[in-house]
Amino acid sequence: MSTELETLARAQAIGRPSAKNKTKDRGFRFGLLFCVGLSVLLLGVLLVDIVSDGASRLTWDFVTSFTSISADQAGIQAAFWGTIWLMGVCAVFIVPVGVATAVYLEEYADETKWYNRFIELNIQNLAAVPSIVYGILGLAFLVRGPLSLGPVILAGGLTLGLLVLPVVIVAAREAIRAVPPSIREGSMALGATQWQTIWRQVLPASIPGIATGVILALARAIGETAPLIVVGAATVIAFNPEGLDSAFTAMPIQIFDWISRPSNDVNDYKPLAAAGILLLMIMLVLMNSVAIWLRNRYEQKW
Amino acid sequence: MLAAFISVLTTTGIVLSLIEETISFFGEVGVADYLFGTDWSPLLEPASFGVLPLVLGTMLISLIAMVVAIPLGLAAAIYLAEYARPAVRKTIKPILELLAGVPTIVFGYFALTFFTPEILRAIFSEDRVGIFNALSAGIIIGFLIVPTVASISEDSMSAVPQSLREGSFGLGASKLQTTLRVVFPAALSGIVASIVLGFSRAVGETMVVVIAAGLQPQWGLNIFESMETMTTFIAATAKGDIATGSIAYKVIFAVGTTLFVITLILNMFSIRFVRKYRQIYE
Repeated sequence: MSTELETLARAQAIGRPSAKNKTKDRGFRFGLLFCVGLSVLLLGVLLVDIVSDGASRLTWDFVTSFTSISADQAGIQAAFWGTIWLMGVCAVFIVPVGVATAVYLEEYADETKWYNRFIELNIQNLAAVPSIVYGILGLAFLVRGPLSLGPVILAGGLTLGLLVLPVVIVAAREAIRAVPPSIREGSMALGATQWQTIWRQVLPASIPGIATGVILALARAIGETAPLIVVGAATVIAFNPEGLDSAFTAMPIQIFDWISRPSNDVNDYKPLAAAGILLLMIMLVLMNSVAIWLRNRYEQKW
Repeated sequence: MLAAFISVLTTTGIVLSLIEETISFFGEVGVADYLFGTDWSPLLEPASFGVLPLVLGTMLISLIAMVVAIPLGLAAAIYLAEYARPAVRKTIKPILELLAGVPTIVFGYFALTFFTPEILRAIFSEDRVGIFNALSAGIIIGFLIVPTVASISEDSMSAVPQSLREGSFGLGASKLQTTLRVVFPAALSGIVASIVLGFSRAVGETMVVVIAAGLQPQWGLNIFESMETMTTFIAATAKGDIATGSIAYKVIFAVGTTLFVITLILNMFSIRFVRKYRQIYE
């Protein structure tokens, strides 16, 4: 559409763009494309580099072995299960809290009240707080201080949950807002209370949107390293977590540990780190695919 | 409805947890010594708590990142909002979003094992560039925040009404003139917001600097050498087992507070600017 308007505008223009302007125009366009290309190129090089470093190390043994001093025998099993546990805790925490917050802000909150505006501003701000600061919060309140859980799965999962909560809230709010008012009015007209309307009409209709948001939030949480370091995830652990109060390691932590170990001729930890990254990226791609599939499959047009 | 207050509680929690230990930290170390001191060696004897080298490291690396992210991010935004055909837009946007979805530890690995040895050392010679250096971390963080800058800027440029562009074309302006002299200024508040937010992300970024920039605090401007940032210090110190109440424990909170205050100010600015462009055209 815009190109048509352009030609129209040009034809009617008092002076046509000069040849000099046209060259400039082309040069600018080329410059833009070059910059975009640079970003895409970097991403490409990064992926190729990691695959070429790690692909040969990514075997079934790698997934089913524990970490080891000897680089040849090390694997990622404990970290893999640690990550799964963390994601579980995180999901159990963010779904009810995120959805309840979204329902409150969309269906009940009166926007003219100062405290509701404050909550919104607050959520916007939380989304941009550096992740390591969440780690400090987890350390001060969950690991030590009032709750004193110690550096365990529960503390790690909750810290990550707090970190990605804004993502869930924003997604759930959008999903709830997309349900047209006519549905609510119809339900109310049939005599349902506001609570019944939300529970039986609005929420079921917004489940796909909420689920997408939750998966995207978990995809963000799974790669977070800094807060877990501060909370006190261990690096050398040769057992899988057995419960919420179990000490743990996680995939990014294990990868970080391998990256920071000095490599020599006998033990080269670089391919290990790259293989761990590959496994992490594969999980990320899977999670994102599920999110996209959900969005396309259940997207409702009202 | 109590759930809504969890977010408020989180903020209160962050602030409280930071303030309590920070106050007790300043019971032991003078505020002026901390804020204006240029020697940072908190865990050695004799300890010295001048935070300026950490702030300098953080700011310098973030500035390098912005030198990369501003042109690349704005170019991507202008291209997507003004030039790209819908089909091209549909392919390029997800690729840029992918850049934002890759865990930062992956970028750290890339900076340390590829970017520093294969690119920087090839350009500037091996003797000049340290294995851990500020430049590599800065450039890679720059790429990392390209999507942040690009997506908010693009939104604000797309929000500029079509009539402004048509008016400009009608007066005989070329596409380039229209983009740079009409659309760009009209979208300026959103663009500023995106840059401020990008800067805030660079300041708070941890894993890339921990891995690629090293742990050596520097009171100087040699970008080819290691520089410690605030986030690096927190992560590296918290990694070891430290006793609650010890000075090492407290200093984490003091640095955390400094970091939190800086990013909070930046975020408030950015939210302000975004509101401004929304109010004008929506």
